[in-house]
Amino acid sequence: MKKLSNGLPTMEEILQQLPDMQNGLEEMREVVLANLVMLGEIPSPTFQEADRVQFLVNRFSECGLASISTDEAGNGLAVHPGTKGDRNILLVAHTDTVFPRTVDHSMSVEKECVTGPGVADNSLGVAVLASLPTILEHLNINLSSNLILMGATRSLGRGNLSGLRFFLSNSEMPVHCGVCVEGMELGRLSFNSIGMIRGEIQCEVPENYDWTGIAASGAISVINETINQICAIPLPKKPYSTIILGSVEGGNSFNTIATEARLRFEARSDSVEIVAQIDELLNDIVAEMKYRSKAKVTLETLALRQPGGIGFRHPLVRNVRNIMQALDIQPHVSPSLSELSAFIDHKIPAVTIGITHGERHNQEDESIQIEPIYKGLAQLIGSLMAIDGGYCDKD
Amino acid sequence: MTKINEWLASNTFHHSQYWDLLKLVEEKEKQNLTISLCIPTLNEETTIGKEVIIFISELMKRYPLLDEIAVIDSGSTDKTLDVASTFGADVYLSADILPEYGEKKGKGENLWKAIYQLKGDIIVYVDADIKNIHPRFVYGLVAPLIYRPEIKYVKAFYDRPLAFSQGVRPSGGGRVTEILTRPMFSLFFPELTAIIQPLSGEYAVRREVLERIPFPIGYGVETSHLIDVYHQWGMDAFGQTDLDQRVHRNQATRSLGKMSFGIMQTFLNRCESLGVINEMPDLGKVLYQFQAHDKTYEPIEHAIVEEERPPMMEIAEYREKFHPND
Repeated sequence: MKKLSNGLPTMEEILQQLPDMQNGLEEMREVVLANLVMLGEIPSPTFQEADRVQFLVNRFSECGLASISTDEAGNGLAVHPGTKGDRNILLVAHTDTVFPRTVDHSMSVEKECVTGPGVADNSLGVAVLASLPTILEHLNINLSSNLILMGATRSLGRGNLSGLRFFLSNSEMPVHCGVCVEGMELGRLSFNSIGMIRGEIQCEVPENYDWTGIAASGAISVINETINQICAIPLPKKPYSTIILGSVEGGNSFNTIATEARLRFEARSDSVEIVAQIDELLNDIVAEMKYRSKAKVTLETLALRQPGGIGFRHPLVRNVRNIMQALDIQPHVSPSLSELSAFIDHKIPAVTIGITHGERHNQEDESIQIEPIYKGLAQLIGSLMAIDGGYCDKD
Repeated sequence: MTKINEWLASNTFHHSQYWDLLKLVEEKEKQNLTISLCIPTLNEETTIGKEVIIFISELMKRYPLLDEIAVIDSGSTDKTLDVASTFGADVYLSADILPEYGEKKGKGENLWKAIYQLKGDIIVYVDADIKNIHPRFVYGLVAPLIYRPEIKYVKAFYDRPLAFSQGVRPSGGGRVTEILTRPMFSLFFPELTAIIQPLSGEYAVRREVLERIPFPIGYGVETSHLIDVYHQWGMDAFGQTDLDQRVHRNQATRSLGKMSFGIMQTFLNRCESLGVINEMPDLGKVLYQFQAHDKTYEPIEHAIVEEERPPMMEIAEYREKFHPND
């Protein structure tokens, strides 16, 4: 194979070897699926990822990686040392899922698919991390850069990416480039983030409430009125802006006035100014509802994202697109609100990619297809090789 | 009780003792042992794929503890065989093994035919319906055979009976074990009560033992194994390993009634043949259960006959295959 003077394959050579690589990856099926099942059957709700991370670092240890550790945030880390080791690529998958421990985490493996809670989001991503050292050895691929493998904690919901943020703020290994791995959807390509504010509005009616007030029919009425006011916020189509009402909870029975209710929401916009305006309006609405209802109404901001990231023409994005094309993967470009945002905040170029096709996302019978995994892995390894070769650096 | 306590202390293990699989594989190779895994199946398409994948990845590719993984099937009508072979297991129909000896229906038949079909010096049997399958279900049972040459038969159990941080609590098996098997053992073979889960479907056994004991084809196979191994080799031949939790399907009480009936047949026949009970009357072959329709009660009859396969050493084809020079 033709090499550059640094001994690494050219970009053309990387693209040419991807179809063969995909075939070689089929031999790794049992390794990946066994890791997927064993990791996926360990419950890992946000803030309680320790057992899953422990399994992951044990796997790193069995593979003989270097610098295996769990940090103060609970992240599981290891370094796959590069032949030169002059640059560091961070490959990250979040280890938390939306499912509580009480859910039956049994996985079912059929001929074409694997089913179980969190199998796509993100047990498969973590299983890829656990399997990657074995896969690279099997394919006889030696990267020049250090590959930092990281099972990140506290990513979802109230976790607010704090595991990855902790690492990026405190690591002594400067990260040159980042790749975030999600179980699904194959073809996903995220390289920028939109602005976002995620929060929870809570209403509590005190026991000694004067029941002639607006909250006389309970906390649910207050939340209902709050929702009406949020829906009345004018939002521009350009820049794209939206408010998602994610969940409403309140009350306990048919005939008891609800004394507590809460609304979870996420406001998103391509414009940082509009996110700030929405935030201000939400605070006004909550203050007004508090005044009018005489109940306790609070707004808790759980997460904030700044819009940003790299552009469509950035060499990292261009080469990942080329890799997808070589593997006949149709790219679906979409902004991300997940781990990518933490990289953006630290001005580190990064992409998020998916490994396979799936369905029933975040339901207990979430399912992924087995066959496309090989293509998804080839895409990931090709991307790592492209980054390693320096083909994704900005001119 | 002293002897039971001594045996519990010396022959009861926990799978975590054997976490070092590299060392275990080295020891296995040093002894030049071969190990076969047999998974008996009948319509297990929802769990078989997971079992095969985990055992092939962890105990063949990563740590080469197993030399073969075989599914021996009683005639599944679902996708069990397709799924198992897709993920790399050797798949056999029980009816195709030693066909000249006919086909009998029952898990014991598959276990018996595995002795002929599989090549290992040790055969480990693992049921196919385990939801929380893990490599420990194999290495936890095989390891005592590798490290302790005098042990011949290792049985699984799924509890922590010997020490418990929050005080003493009852420990043992399922309903049939506690209501039937344990009281019967307590009456006739008190030492065997030390086996905490005598009916568990997971055990690892040396070929030299498997080929010398008969196999009931139905519910009584585990009970008869324990009595026969105890009779021929004594308690010291047994080990048992705590595998923590096992999650599986729960059976209806009526099904457990049929199971108990089969176990009692085997147990009483063994007692008679060993001279533990004399002058047994002819045993019934039909279990009667009842179901109510308004104010009438309808009897349901289940004909349950615990047939037995002879020790494999009595089969000429087996001797020719495994002991050609004898």
